[in-house]
Amino acid sequence: MPALAVGTDGSARVKKALDVELFFQQLINGLSLGALYALIAVGYTVVYGIVQLINFAHGEIFMIGAFGSFATWVIVGKPTDWGLGMTLGVLLPVMLLGGIAASVTVAVMMERFAYRPLRGAPRLAPLISAIGVSVFLQEAVRLFFGWIPGMPDAKSAIPYPTLTGVSDGSIQIGGVTVQASAIFTLVALAVCTVFLWYFVNRTKTGRAMIATSQDPDTARLMGINVDRVIVAAFAVGAALAAVAGVAHGLRYGNIDFRMGFLAGLKAFTAAVLGGIGNIYGAVVGGLVLGVTEALASNYLGTTAWKDVWAFILLILVLVFRPQGLLGSKAVDRA
Amino acid sequence: MNKAMFKVAGVAVVAASLALTGCGSRADNTGGTSGAKVAKIGVMSPTSGDLSALGLGIRNSVDLAVKQANESNAIPGWTLEVMAVDDQATPDVGKNAATKLASDDQVVGVVGPLNSSVGQSVIPVLAAASIVEVSPANTNPSLTQGEDLANPKRPYANYFRTCTTDAVQGPFAAQYLLESGIKTVATIHDKKAYGQGLVENFTSAFEKGGGTVVAAETINPDDKDFSAVISKVKAAKPKAVYYGGEYPQAGPLSKQMKAAGLDVPLMGGDGIFDPKFIELGGSNGDLATSVGAPVDTLASAKAFVDAYNAAGYADPYAAYGAYSYDAANAIIDALKVSLANATDAKSARQATIDAVGAVKFDGATGPVAFDQYGDAVARVLTVYKVTDGAWAAEKTGELK
Repeated sequence: MPALAVGTDGSARVKKALDVELFFQQLINGLSLGALYALIAVGYTVVYGIVQLINFAHGEIFMIGAFGSFATWVIVGKPTDWGLGMTLGVLLPVMLLGGIAASVTVAVMMERFAYRPLRGAPRLAPLISAIGVSVFLQEAVRLFFGWIPGMPDAKSAIPYPTLTGVSDGSIQIGGVTVQASAIFTLVALAVCTVFLWYFVNRTKTGRAMIATSQDPDTARLMGINVDRVIVAAFAVGAALAAVAGVAHGLRYGNIDFRMGFLAGLKAFTAAVLGGIGNIYGAVVGGLVLGVTEALASNYLGTTAWKDVWAFILLILVLVFRPQGLLGSKAVDRA
Repeated sequence: MNKAMFKVAGVAVVAASLALTGCGSRADNTGGTSGAKVAKIGVMSPTSGDLSALGLGIRNSVDLAVKQANESNAIPGWTLEVMAVDDQATPDVGKNAATKLASDDQVVGVVGPLNSSVGQSVIPVLAAASIVEVSPANTNPSLTQGEDLANPKRPYANYFRTCTTDAVQGPFAAQYLLESGIKTVATIHDKKAYGQGLVENFTSAFEKGGGTVVAAETINPDDKDFSAVISKVKAAKPKAVYYGGEYPQAGPLSKQMKAAGLDVPLMGGDGIFDPKFIELGGSNGDLATSVGAPVDTLASAKAFVDAYNAAGYADPYAAYGAYSYDAANAIIDALKVSLANATDAKSARQATIDAVGAVKFDGATGPVAFDQYGDAVARVLTVYKVTDGAWAAEKTGELK
């Protein structure tokens, strides 16, 4: 950019710094973006907590979830004019379930065929396998999604449907615009966090997950089927990623086969920021990362710098608090 | 067992990729009078990925021009073939594809690429092999005039283009906005050569004309979430947003702008002038400049459009089809001179470069000729506006 443009931006910034509305607007932007990161980050952290694997293909699971929900919408007959009640009561849940079904299926197969054979192999082997799965899934969707009867070609971005009351419209609070899709994302995060808390602390499988993450060998001796627990961890992460996929589609209005890459990278960052292995850390890390990006792009230089500030934050946290914001549960073995 | 499975998967992947490259060059072996010598025209464009709608239009239009030349026996004793390569809109991939083209002795000219950034990495490769390159879509001024635009100096003698440059497009957009009474705009670009060039040229012309740029921002091409940028821009209260970039980001950007309550038109260059822009979220009132007059209103383009539709290609000719057709015909026109007494294609390469420089004919987009830098002589542009969910020509004119 020419110096000129930076100058106009700089003088405008002084004026804007006082703008309270703008601050809250960016806070909302950041929270809803962060909620998306958080939903994906949980998948990284749950799997890491149990098998110490950075599942780099998790971003693609998020992408598969989005495509699964889109496919469900096509199968239902591409409804666009259902009323609010029908949309919230039928269409949205059906699309969520379709997305979850797709992502969980792919995640479970991925665990079975790409990671389980490498259990016990040196840690780099499953990592490389994960990168391979990531490329494979991207290309598979790019090349073959259009082959499914009724589905559009996925070689470039596909427009995602607009749902009444969920992704159209917004509410005004003072000068702050809160989009319906942002509310959906935040509500989804809240519901999923409560569900996770319940699942981990109150169900047998959840407690088996905790036991396995603390000590897999002893857990096995206590009669826990470790293979099943690992599959459950992949499935839970995938389900949340699918919810994030739907939220992404509703929020941005389009999905494409590469959407998982950057989102996955950011979500992984969020998981590390919050303390990898710690589920609530992933949620907090996601929100902190999103808010940092939004506020930094407003107050610290032009928007071009937002990723710089986000990663400076990550470095600072890792230097002064290597276990992450909320502390990693598996830090002793990481 | 697992090893065997990996092997099977590997074979399947290789087979699939072979099949894909195969369909990329389906235009091979068209003509085929036995005994005729073969010269190839390369086409480089992104035929996969985000920009494939544009890239496939380029490939098919060149294919059409070559087919017509073979049918009319434009170059006696020679059969022309198309060699299509995919650059995936990525400089590195483009460079490899250019090396592949340059190493084929039968290649005498290349049409493409789409992206200015790909052009930057491709031109030196083709220049070293003395292969003429005519781009239908590279609009970055520095490709023909060098980095220092105040003292233009042509960096590569083998490079030409049929489209006008950002040096013309940006100012034309500025001129249009000022004439329609919009004096405050915000600019956003994607940090790529095309987007940044467009915004820089727009900004200087807009401020010279009395307008104010109230915010200058950037986005990452991979980003999906533009809410932070939009909120920041909205606070500066612009009457329009000028975007330097392409439709995969511009469509969602426009959609998110309107959803966030920034209800002003988004204006861009030819990179957003595509139906996909509207599909991805571009809305009524959004504007785009594109080079030349609208293809469907030009008498000269009618023959091209009819022939294209008659040929039954699966993809539309898109924004650059007519320019690609003209670019291919510029090369074919030059080949009439350079191949006339040539014994083989490779020895005619330098002569082809010289002949393209002197080409002059009426193409689909209007008169086709190149100035001393290799730029198109025609400087006619059109502003298009999204009206009722489709692009409609708003105003055609010359840059003052």
